[in-house]
Amino acid sequence: MSTSRQYELVYIVSPDASEQEVTDLHAQVEAIIARIGGELVKSENWGRRKMAYEIGPHKEGIYVLELINGGGELMKELERRLRVSEKILRYLVVRVDEELRAAERTRSRRKVRTGPPAGDGDRGGMDSDGGDYRYESEA
Amino acid sequence: MADERRGGGGARGGRGGAKGASAEKGPGQRRSLFRRRKVCKFCAEKIDYIDYKDVRMLMPFVPDRGKILPRRISGVCAPHQRALQTAIKRARQLALVPYVVD
Repeated sequence: MSTSRQYELVYIVSPDASEQEVTDLHAQVEAIIARIGGELVKSENWGRRKMAYEIGPHKEGIYVLELINGGGELMKELERRLRVSEKILRYLVVRVDEELRAAERTRSRRKVRTGPPAGDGDRGGMDSDGGDYRYESEA
Repeated sequence: MADERRGGGGARGGRGGAKGASAEKGPGQRRSLFRRRKVCKFCAEKIDYIDYKDVRMLMPFVPDRGKILPRRISGVCAPHQRALQTAIKRARQLALVPYVVD
């Protein structure tokens, strides 16, 4: 496979879906990845969380994140499947490899300029919890 | 963060003092309306990738109405504002950040 791209897929499952349905959906995604060719790098279930606005009748949703290596054909198929399953309120696919590479580049460039000990400012691009931010007060 | 510009601090000090009232300076007067020195938060904290999933990072730039805080207020540098803009728009699609609040 010549195209190795990295995508982030986040989908919101309806809050009235059972635990089993959520795992089923995840298994479906995995199956599609296995069938078309690709690699599931990481999978995260954020659980139930309140949404910023209502989608249809729902005020909260179950968020699932999948980090996938693969080509465009794979994502096309995944998107098609997500669109047809009615338990999915919404999904978002973002291609991240280029952005992460750009971030990596600026980081290494800064290291060269300022010397090796970069220290605390370093963070991986993809941790989603981001618990280390200090400015919550200004909103 | 939030350290004041040198002139602003001086003007504020002058306002309190008796001497400051007579010694009026044009730019000093203008700055007396409490100005902060603006530094791009992302540059200062060396954040290269603004993650749309990180709501806690985005929320300070989405004030009550749900609009994106302009750069002239937040002091974010242009490249980071661009990245922030796409991050907020992505987060909006996932209902992590509101489109509009009323």
